[in-house]
Amino acid sequence: MATTKTATRLDVPKTYKLFIGGAFPRSESGRVTEVRSPDGGFVANVAKASRKDARDAVRAARKAQPGWAGATAYNRGQVLYRVAEVLEGRKAQFVDELVRSEGLSAARAQQQVEDAVDLWVWHAGWTDKIAQIGGSANPVAGPYFNLSVPEPTGVVAIVAPQQQGLLGLTSVIAPALVTGNAVVVVPAASSPLAAISLGEVLATSDLPGGVVNVLTGDPAELAPWLAGHADVNALDLTGAGGLDWVELEVIAADTLKRVIRPEPGLAPETPQRILALTETKTVWHTKSRL
Amino acid sequence: MAFLDYAPAPESTSILDLRDDYRLWIGGEWVDGGGTPFASISPSTEQRIAMFASADEGDVDAAVAAARTAFRTVWGPMSGRDRGKYLFRIARLLQERARELAVAETLDNGKPIKETRDADVPLVAQWFFHCAGWADKLDHVGLGAAPQPHGVSAQIIPWNFPLLMLAWKVAPALAAGNTVVLKPAETTPLTAMLFAEICEQAGLPAGVVNLLTGAGDTGAALVRHPDVDKVAFTGSTAVGREIAKAIAGTDKKLTLELGGKGANIVFDDAPLDQAIEGIVNGVFFNQGQVCCAGSRLLVQENVHDAVLERLKERMSTLRLGDPLDKNTDVGAINSAEQLERITRLVDRGEAEGGERWSPACEIPAQGYWFPPTVVTGVEASSTIAREEIFGPVLSVLTFRTPDEAIAKANNSPYGLSAGIWSDKGSRVLAVADKLRAGVVWTNTFNKFDPTSPFGGYKESGYGREGGIQGMQAYLKAGK
Repeated sequence: MATTKTATRLDVPKTYKLFIGGAFPRSESGRVTEVRSPDGGFVANVAKASRKDARDAVRAARKAQPGWAGATAYNRGQVLYRVAEVLEGRKAQFVDELVRSEGLSAARAQQQVEDAVDLWVWHAGWTDKIAQIGGSANPVAGPYFNLSVPEPTGVVAIVAPQQQGLLGLTSVIAPALVTGNAVVVVPAASSPLAAISLGEVLATSDLPGGVVNVLTGDPAELAPWLAGHADVNALDLTGAGGLDWVELEVIAADTLKRVIRPEPGLAPETPQRILALTETKTVWHTKSRL
Repeated sequence: MAFLDYAPAPESTSILDLRDDYRLWIGGEWVDGGGTPFASISPSTEQRIAMFASADEGDVDAAVAAARTAFRTVWGPMSGRDRGKYLFRIARLLQERARELAVAETLDNGKPIKETRDADVPLVAQWFFHCAGWADKLDHVGLGAAPQPHGVSAQIIPWNFPLLMLAWKVAPALAAGNTVVLKPAETTPLTAMLFAEICEQAGLPAGVVNLLTGAGDTGAALVRHPDVDKVAFTGSTAVGREIAKAIAGTDKKLTLELGGKGANIVFDDAPLDQAIEGIVNGVFFNQGQVCCAGSRLLVQENVHDAVLERLKERMSTLRLGDPLDKNTDVGAINSAEQLERITRLVDRGEAEGGERWSPACEIPAQGYWFPPTVVTGVEASSTIAREEIFGPVLSVLTFRTPDEAIAKANNSPYGLSAGIWSDKGSRVLAVADKLRAGVVWTNTFNKFDPTSPFGGYKESGYGREGGIQGMQAYLKAGK
């Protein structure tokens, strides 16, 4: 016997890092936030993203976006369904993290994880249908073939809902991904653990690196940088109700970003939320006269 | 006398019965404005057409209140079928008075009569006719059963297509059940006033449409009014930005149609004669004062010289002059201010190394004119390849491969329109896929239709006008 078993095992705590460009770097700033359980015990140090991290994340998202948008709708649907599968397989881990960091009962944590899985499944089914709901064949008065199709807006920066950390995060990321956007998301400050673990799920679900980037940290600190970034095309402020979100919308106006406001907001699990992060492209093609 | 020197064929203005003074139209009444009245002049002659009232904040209050009352008491509760019937009536009246409207528009804006007669005014009637049919079919616009109008819609439109932009805004708003307060541009208020007369002829209930003439202050007061539910703006990107800031944090819905710097991409296998017509139409239609103008010509390097030679030959046949002449191709620039901007930008283009060419053409002594101009040797970084000129000025760049064409076309903060000219269908579709623009015309350019959504990507604004997507912009999901 090479090793001797002891009566008690010393556990191996997880190091929670950022999720940028498919990798898990520490914050370049070297900063962390301490997460404690409801009873006050130390759980983990979570990386606290900086402005530089946000810029790196936007760069990664921009690089990844054309490839993701260029994948077939069927392929995007397969990947989103794969996310649901992998999340389902790691249910116990997420339940544990939600219990430890959000203080939920095991039953409620389990319900939230299952709802999140189901929401990924719901979105997986939309990828090859949303163009049929949001697009149109236009009967113009002339010899033209004329089609309108929804296309992704590009890079979407998101402040995720502050409640129900995992489910809220899913409810804003998944609709953006359906049509081929890339995402930089600031998760709820109250559930950074589930957010980074979701990053691990995404990293192992055939989602190309950089399509989703997760920046744990202070939403109030990060959101203005993202709102003002000229290479971000849309800003989803669904979870920014507690911030000075009006100022964020004002900043976003400088680059004419599409903004989803926190109030009254856009209902999750609706095609309107998916379409809010698209542009409509209309293509006119001449028809010859025979 | 060159072979193209036809005898003049001016359209008569006797069809017009204009007043000397136009007032504000609020709650179905003509009322004085609180601001200082201003004149609208004809840009081709610099002659005054009429005086127009200027609305101050009190007038904006009154107009929004009239619109709110009409929304609450008449237009909101009315059946979709009856709303539609009013819009059909308006469409018919527009058709009946088409010639009068075309002449008035040309007089006030300076654009050629053949464009107002054959493009603007027919499209205006078509837009009302199309939207009229939506009014009783709103359950089918894709927002579920019984979608709801926003309420009072504030609308601000530009001077380049005064009546057409009015139709694009007013028709869908009314069809959806909203009431309207609209401000036309200060240099082109005339046809909006004629539209008020048409609303009267149609018996449209008082306050459903309200028209406020005035300048930027009037528009700003309208956008900021707390009782406005929806703002629709077409105009410059700079003003669009200000509006987006002004409504931040409010419940107001916003659609913006802003600037553009459209790429018109010509591949070496393009049907050249058609492409030349498309290039000309793309950038000289309405003197280039079109947000979706194809103002950046991207031509494949191996056909550059052939395209330029034919283009210059074609440009030499363009007739510049009296917009009321039925043979005129290029009319007057809308204002002295706009002429100054075009002149400044083209001078800058030349200073940055571009080579400028215009056909020999006589510039009238009165009015605001700029000859059709092509600037070759333009770099992607040149000012005139980046900034919207909004005039009859074409910047020419070259490319070698489709990827290079796509990269250059997308190298702009704007994303409104693009054109592709090629005989190869598979390539056309592949290139169209990769262009970041809201409207892509392939082997054609500058086509518009009320069934077809129009609007931009990126800093060209958000929202669409036209089609089912355009109707959605004036509705919210029912509860």
